Amino acid sequence: MNALSSYLILSALLFSLGLYTVITRKNAVAILMGIELILNAANVNFIAFSKFVTHDVEGHLMAVFIIMLAAAEAAVALAIILNLYNDHGNINVDEANALKR
Amino acid sequence: MDLTQLALSLKYFIPEMVLTGFIAIAIIYDLFLKPETSHRIGFMAIVGLLVTLGMLYLQQGIPATGIFANMFALDGFATFFKWVVAIGAALAIWMSLDTNELANRRVGEYHILILILVLGMFLLVSATHIISIYLALEMVSIMSYLLAGYLKENSRSNEASIKYVIYGAFSSGIMLYGLSLLYGLTGTGYISEIQTQLAAGQVSPVMLILVAVLLLAGFGYKISAVPFHFWTPDVYEGAPTPITAFLSVAPKAAGFAVLIRFFNIAFSQGDPNTPSWLALPGLDWPMIIAVLSAITMTVGNVLAIQQNNVKRLLAYSSIAHAGYMLMGVVVADQTGIAAILYYAAVYMLMNLGAFFVAIQIKNIYNTETIADYAGLGFKAPWIGMSMAVFMFALTGLPPTAGFVAKFYLFRALVQFGDGFLWLAMFGLINGVVSLFYYMRILKAMYFDKMEIPEKLTVVPVHFNVLMFILVVPLLVGWMFGDPLSTWAAEAVQFFF
Repeated sequence: MNALSSYLILSALLFSLGLYTVITRKNAVAILMGIELILNAANVNFIAFSKFVTHDVEGHLMAVFIIMLAAAEAAVALAIILNLYNDHGNINVDEANALKR
Repeated sequence: MDLTQLALSLKYFIPEMVLTGFIAIAIIYDLFLKPETSHRIGFMAIVGLLVTLGMLYLQQGIPATGIFANMFALDGFATFFKWVVAIGAALAIWMSLDTNELANRRVGEYHILILILVLGMFLLVSATHIISIYLALEMVSIMSYLLAGYLKENSRSNEASIKYVIYGAFSSGIMLYGLSLLYGLTGTGYISEIQTQLAAGQVSPVMLILVAVLLLAGFGYKISAVPFHFWTPDVYEGAPTPITAFLSVAPKAAGFAVLIRFFNIAFSQGDPNTPSWLALPGLDWPMIIAVLSAITMTVGNVLAIQQNNVKRLLAYSSIAHAGYMLMGVVVADQTGIAAILYYAAVYMLMNLGAFFVAIQIKNIYNTETIADYAGLGFKAPWIGMSMAVFMFALTGLPPTAGFVAKFYLFRALVQFGDGFLWLAMFGLINGVVSLFYYMRILKAMYFDKMEIPEKLTVVPVHFNVLMFILVVPLLVGWMFGDPLSTWAAEAVQFFF
């Protein structure tokens, strides 16, 4: 097993765990953490490919942009979750079901 | 990629810079305004968008170029979508000026967020590198989350916002994972170089299909294609109505722009500007999109039938329209893309119009239920007549531009050959189904006689002007040689 595939297995694991978290959790903050795992799986991919495949900094740059963007997204998502808490008294996404299915 | 080259790109970036300038000034100006005068930012935003449109007009005739080290493209395709998006935003801001939902609250940020959303869409439709695509997509998404939840104390608006943020962040995360795999497979982020690498045929078809499916999660969410549509009805129902109207046209058009640009360039053989263009062998994405299109229009139309809330009905109808537009993506040649461009522009007018009627009726009678529209055709004749035009256009009946737009899509599909005739049949059957629920609204307005509550407000004069602006192009726009279709046909030109 070469070095690249171990990174790819790590990122695939992170991705799967993130997917599992998003699908099974009801707590909005936990779902957000699952989404962060997915984004970081992509980051690991970008950096591993940058080091072992393309041998340039492009992938590193992408990872930096994604980290910054994940922070912005988390800020907005947390603000919305806080608003949900003020409104419902909890952050359980299953209970936000006033709109018809 | 030195600094001089980047500085030279700036002269191709003037509309975006003007828009950014207006955003910065609006943010500062908003600090000096009281809540009751904050609607002035709305006027400023409209002026800003008009100036931006003027700058876009001055850009015409520039040949397709890549700017900022080819991270973005300036081509006819991007410019067409920029026009659609900016006009849609100006109309949506105009609708917001006298909406009861936004009365007695600070609306400065609201208009500023719409402007930033427009800037994000300008970048999205011209992005040609995977990271610029992802950043622009997120810029659009994050502003949409905030706008959907703008009515902070309204629990429906909150719910719309939380559902939007979870679905949105999830699907864009999945798309990003697909992009990272694509970067690894091809060793580059530029979509034209990705095309070169993929056309060399080194990549296994299984990986390509996996990547295409992961990418479709992100793009499909933006255009609300089934099975990534679950957020659409809830977000559209809960968000402030002008925002619903805007989200249903502009980000959807921008999503189609990036979908077409990515798939047509990256997953293809040869230059997309030539007639000999072909999809990449080993990845039959036109077939994937054809199936997606058939499912999307069917689900949208069938679920729309049982809706009683106008906003929710229009949400499902917008899913169905995404399905119709995907028919053009299947064709993916010059006529198919020109048909999508035409459809996107017409759909912008007719859907904004339908939502505008919903806004006015909510203002006047405080209701969103179709049953409460009974007799409105006689109580408010001007609104009723306009609604009839929008419904005819959305169904695709003559003599509206909606008919012409659908005609172009079907023509492109039939001309393409026998392979996708089944999809055209699907589209026709769906058109009949959609007739049923659009006409339900008209039936309530003209044939159901019921007591109507007293008017709460008077319709402001400028709203009648806006209604006029939305109705007239739909009725006469396709006459006089159909300038829009000429422009759409010329606009199919990619930077490659």
